[in-house]
Amino acid sequence: MTEVALPRPATGVTRPAAGVMSDPGSSGRFGEYGGRYVPESLIPACAELEEAFRDAWADPRFRRDLDRLLAVHAGRPTALTPAWRLSEELGINLLLKREDLAHTGSHKINNVLGQALLAKRMGKTRLLAETGAGQHGVATATAAALLGLDATVFMGEVDIERQALNVFRMKMLGAEVIPVTSGTRTLKDSTSEALRHWVTCVDEAHYCLGSVMGPHPYPWMVRELQRVVGDEARRQCAAELSTGTPDYVVACIGGGSNAAGTFAGFADTGAQLVGVEAEGGAAVAFGQVGVLHGFRSYLLQDENGQVTEAHSIAAGLDYPGIGPEHAHLRDTGRARYVTVGDAEVIPALQRLARTEGILCALESAHAIAWVIRAAESGELPPWSTVLVTLSGRGDKDMATLMEAS
Amino acid sequence: MIETHLRRRRSEGRSLLVPYVTGGIRADWIDYLTAYARAGADAIEIGLPFSDPILDGPVIQEASGRALRRGVTVRGLLDEVAAVRIDVPLIAMTYYNLVVHRGAADFCRDLAAAGIHGLIVPDLPIDESASLAEAAAAAGVDLTLLAAPTTSAERLAEIAAASRGFVYAVSTMGTTGAQFAASGGRLAADLRQLTDRPVLLAFGVATPDDALTAVQSADGVVIGAALMRRVLEGGTPDELGATVAGLRKALDLDAGRLPDGARP
Ligand SMILES: Cc1ncc(COP(=O)(O)O)c(C=O)c1O
Repeated sequence: MTEVALPRPATGVTRPAAGVMSDPGSSGRFGEYGGRYVPESLIPACAELEEAFRDAWADPRFRRDLDRLLAVHAGRPTALTPAWRLSEELGINLLLKREDLAHTGSHKINNVLGQALLAKRMGKTRLLAETGAGQHGVATATAAALLGLDATVFMGEVDIERQALNVFRMKMLGAEVIPVTSGTRTLKDSTSEALRHWVTCVDEAHYCLGSVMGPHPYPWMVRELQRVVGDEARRQCAAELSTGTPDYVVACIGGGSNAAGTFAGFADTGAQLVGVEAEGGAAVAFGQVGVLHGFRSYLLQDENGQVTEAHSIAAGLDYPGIGPEHAHLRDTGRARYVTVGDAEVIPALQRLARTEGILCALESAHAIAWVIRAAESGELPPWSTVLVTLSGRGDKDMATLMEAS
Repeated sequence: MIETHLRRRRSEGRSLLVPYVTGGIRADWIDYLTAYARAGADAIEIGLPFSDPILDGPVIQEASGRALRRGVTVRGLLDEVAAVRIDVPLIAMTYYNLVVHRGAADFCRDLAAAGIHGLIVPDLPIDESASLAEAAAAAGVDLTLLAAPTTSAERLAEIAAASRGFVYAVSTMGTTGAQFAASGGRLAADLRQLTDRPVLLAFGVATPDDALTAVQSADGVVIGAALMRRVLEGGTPDELGATVAGLRKALDLDAGRLPDGARP
């Protein structure tokens, strides 16, 4: 056969790879979701970032450097802990992927170490970040300190009040925390403010976005940086379980990064993927398709298309949207999304604490709460194996819990 | 439609002046349109307020928030516009979610039915604009694209070619209401090399002096935050009309000083 000259794609255009949770290509689309809906002023910065990430992610030296940081600084791999007593009580086989044990207390450090290393490689000197619960802000402040970068963290006034401990942690780590006073004064507005600020300093600053949201390449890049959670859990499950993979893989969803990273490790298995949204911030359950912060996805909005406020006892789940890849996973049926209300969360957190000796974050307790509910209602067949990603530890939430009890 | 009008005005030797008002900022907000038109505006930009205006600085954020707290909706604002006759073209400025929420085709038809024939969506870059551009064209609405100081030469050419009505040159790397920056002059000059469509400079134009600097390289200016700051402080339609008239006069005097054909 003679060689046929195929038309080459225009330079810089990359095609989406086939398969669930693969490379979305240069359009940054997951089905109809995702994209790059940002002001023209930010387009060059997003394009530069995509190119830099593609280059770094394909570079074994970058991967080696990142793996080493994840090991020696963040303490990876994190444990896979069988929840013996709670399993017994619920009649299931529950395994916990312990992101609460990662340095700084949540999965956020995985993403941030990757982005900070990338920012350095790009010659940037400053990291910008938005934060809700403060976990992403603390992780960003940490990575900045570690790599000798400056950090500026935008945080809503409401969150500054309810997460005072994390605000102080960021300051101790040398970060500048800028209170956001506009709009709802929570995560949504701190994200808007970080984007606005980024426009003014794209040359020297990298916007270190904290979840699988924002304009392309963020949803894909953050998922790739978080897939270490799923990949480790896959290997650990293979060693732990006679069946090799769990029947259910469950994670809580704010923007959706700990869930995306976890799901990525199991997308090609038979495991049922379950994302747990906070009832007051459940974009999949109660939202409609919309565009915010650079991407198209499900979004909580009123009948006039104004974005509405999310309400959750867990600050990290107070976001009116959901990462675009999750919208696509839901539409295609590969994952399903359920909701848990505030009232179920504290009992679930306490039950896990008292049976397993693990005090998890309010965000993570949403995933536990759904598992308890589904096991007790019989939705989970007896002795199903259930993997839950415990996205973070509960220290930051003690003030909230003291108020609630 | 917008473009024909702006080209005609430009060919008369005028520098184009496009003032902005946030729709629904006060109960009598329509009076700002009338006042601007009487003061010599060449077109008027109406902001349809959105909860999360990511390209707006504190002034227009506050204006949008105030309007939304008054309970305004796109539907209601368009009804108000439809009920009056304003003698200059009207251009809507809003964020993409409001378009998606209504559906692009219906959104553009609603605008046209209200007598608004231009549309600017700051969070919709050219790469994502194809479907809205099509819907706008079908409804007789000019979809104007934005260019920024960091836009590459290659993209500038694409934007200049695809934009309708005029090209919206963002003067500075910042949000609305930022300081007027010299980078805008270079951008406008570059755009004028690429297109004979009107090029308007926006962001940070506040004073007659800024406007005069801007029109050294652009065909005209959009003035938003500087006017809205006054409106937020209680400036009445008459007072704001006087401000726009002052800008008009400065631009006209400047144009008059140049011999015919001296403008590039
Ligand atoms: C402990 C913890 N879990 C979960 C989340 C939600 O984020 P995501 O859905 O991106 O994993 C956060 C966000 O702040 C968090 O701090």
